Amino acid sequence: MVDGILNYLWLVPALPLLGVIVNSAIALFAERPLLLAEEDHGDPGHGAGDPSHGPSARGTSAPMGEGHGASHAAPAYRKLVAFVGPAVVGASFVVSLLAVLALAARPAHDRLFVQVLFPWIQAGTFSAPAAFQLDPLSSVMILVVTGVGFLIHVYSVGYMSHEKAFARYFVYLNLFTFAMLLLVLGSNFLLMFVGWEGVGLCSYLLIGYWYEKKSAADAGKKAFIVNRVGDFGFLVAVFLIFWTFGTVEYTEVFGKIPGLAASGVLTTGIATAITLLLFVGAIGKSAQIPLYVWLPDAMEGPTPVSALIHAATMVTAGVYMVARTNALYLLAPTSMAVVAVVGAATALFSATIGITQNDIKRVLAYSTVSQLGYMFLACGVGAFTAGIFHLMTHAFFKALLFLGSGSVIHALSGEQDMRKMGSLRKHLPITFTTMFIATLAISGIPGLSGFFSKDEILWKSFSSGHGHVGLWLVGTAAAGITAFYMFRLVFLTFFGDSRMEPEVEKHVHESPYSMTVPLMLLAVLSVAGGWIGIPHVLGGHNYFEAWLAPVFAHGAEGAAQGGAHASAALEVLLMAGSVGVALCGIGLAWYLYRVRTEKPKEIADRVPGLYDLVLNKYYVDEIYDVAIVRKIVNGSIWLWEAFDDVFIDGIVNGIAALVKGAGEWTRRLQTGVVGNYAFSLLLGAVILVGFLLWS
Amino acid sequence: MMDPSAYLLLSGILFGIGVVGVVVRKNVLIILMSVEIMLNAVNVAFIAVGSHLGDVTGSVFAFMVMTVAAAEAAVGLAILIAIFRLKETIDITELSVLKW
Repeated sequence: MVDGILNYLWLVPALPLLGVIVNSAIALFAERPLLLAEEDHGDPGHGAGDPSHGPSARGTSAPMGEGHGASHAAPAYRKLVAFVGPAVVGASFVVSLLAVLALAARPAHDRLFVQVLFPWIQAGTFSAPAAFQLDPLSSVMILVVTGVGFLIHVYSVGYMSHEKAFARYFVYLNLFTFAMLLLVLGSNFLLMFVGWEGVGLCSYLLIGYWYEKKSAADAGKKAFIVNRVGDFGFLVAVFLIFWTFGTVEYTEVFGKIPGLAASGVLTTGIATAITLLLFVGAIGKSAQIPLYVWLPDAMEGPTPVSALIHAATMVTAGVYMVARTNALYLLAPTSMAVVAVVGAATALFSATIGITQNDIKRVLAYSTVSQLGYMFLACGVGAFTAGIFHLMTHAFFKALLFLGSGSVIHALSGEQDMRKMGSLRKHLPITFTTMFIATLAISGIPGLSGFFSKDEILWKSFSSGHGHVGLWLVGTAAAGITAFYMFRLVFLTFFGDSRMEPEVEKHVHESPYSMTVPLMLLAVLSVAGGWIGIPHVLGGHNYFEAWLAPVFAHGAEGAAQGGAHASAALEVLLMAGSVGVALCGIGLAWYLYRVRTEKPKEIADRVPGLYDLVLNKYYVDEIYDVAIVRKIVNGSIWLWEAFDDVFIDGIVNGIAALVKGAGEWTRRLQTGVVGNYAFSLLLGAVILVGFLLWS
Repeated sequence: MMDPSAYLLLSGILFGIGVVGVVVRKNVLIILMSVEIMLNAVNVAFIAVGSHLGDVTGSVFAFMVMTVAAAEAAVGLAILIAIFRLKETIDITELSVLKW
């Protein structure tokens, strides 16, 4: 019975949790005592996590060259961690795959499986069971999370091999996988919220993995605090959902929508409020304008973390959530428009910042923000399938790009500045080839995964009933810019003359197989991942759309309405247009960074104001700092110094002073002379007797 | 059934003498004696009223008070001797260390 495998669905999140338990035991009882002992003996030679010991602030925190690693005898526990960490995720992937195959064996209308584990919260009419829901949408998500997650875990074994806190890293990474699976598998909004907060916590822990470095610790805090703003919106939305529907179970909520909408309980206003608040949560988690500022700073974390959490999985949680609640969004046209506009604006805005960045990981970070914008643009125009499709393909090629950049950073002993790279094509052939494939994919070159998903989004943003030609223009422009900055990255890193520092150049080496094999597998996925969603107009069958159709039944209607005025010829024309724009971007990058390499500086000098504006990320961080952060900090200082120290402490200290003063005075009554006491005793007796006699 | 008023008057006078003695005298020994007077004033009242009511409880209680008074005197005198050995005085106004 193939269907029986579905009963083991709980294993999917449980396996990474097992990894967390095993690895944290190792981290606590084997690794920590060792690190503490090392700290006591003051061993500067192994200060891999301590920025003060290395040649550059970043250099020490990234993995060292081979020569350094050789002196580092690996204790046995590290081998166990290196096995357990990836193995549990790999096993989870196998279970996911089998479960999804079992789901696919069912007829299309029956592809919904809910496994209730135990009643979790029961209070009055409110009940939330701990239950997992496997449907086409969550099956895509678990395959991406466990599949890409597994490759990144394997890669991490190589990348983090010179780190001292090896077990701690894998505890966090396993915990992240568990939380992310909880997020996508949970059958109600509350469980999703638990996963949502869990991934946020792991993101914080992993960004601040090198917590001795202040910038890393600050970046972790920034990510956590910015996300709180979004989480507030999400939580209020969940309250509103419970208030409106009386339940938080997905199946019940979405099942009640038609009835409640007909009876007038679920007005457009309530739907708009719920969806906008949910979107606030999505904005925070998925780094959209105006809460995107944490994601570029999150690059302070180890590169595999950037690949897994800040590119492939966690940041797409917002897209998943919007897609999951598509039935609600479709009731609120205003929210749809907001989602689409915010997505398109973010896509263009962050793409422009990507042009000027010199840190290889920051370029990719802004690229991620931009691509997430695309996904929201797709959701906003009702093309949820296209959004999830892009989520998946983006997970492949962006994870590959990040891991490739990690391989470059690893090879260059921690150098991240692209101005100090160049000509790495010869030294890192595998990294170069795989990264080049990913770059082609993200640029939307026909045949690769990014092309199919991106053009699907652009087409839908033009043709859908919720779409608009303006959205399409912005999306296409962003696509061109994407192609430009990605090829700028490739040209600066892999082509031209070496600009490496001589000391670094001596140690350049291709990464070990544990790192290059995941790169190659992801490269295959970046190419072939899009083939399951080839649109009909290109002779494909778009299996992906058919697979997700049960989840987005309403969405398909919305998109089909608009599809009426669109023809196949127009679709091909727009496709050609966006490919043309991408090619222009690539050509421009070729011209500026290969042919006339002095040009970029000339252009920058010609428009210094604009260049500085973009280079400094439009000063958004500074504006936030002045407009919000400072105000809150100053307000808090006022609360501390004026309100707490003066007012609150004044009350408390005032009462104390009053009591003290009273004591100072009344202590004089206690003379120590027994006669006085005897006299007061007498006086009291007389008064008492007098009172009894005359009252 | 005798009239207890004369005895009660005597008791009151004795009690008053005791109270005044406790409050005004400075010699601890005198104060202890004054306390004895007060206790015995109460004994007079107990016996008088007990006899008046024909109830032996009054007399019984007087014995009880005498016992307690004997114990009190023993303890009080012992403390007095200890204080005198330490301070070489039994003036109550000079024994005022027990304060804030």
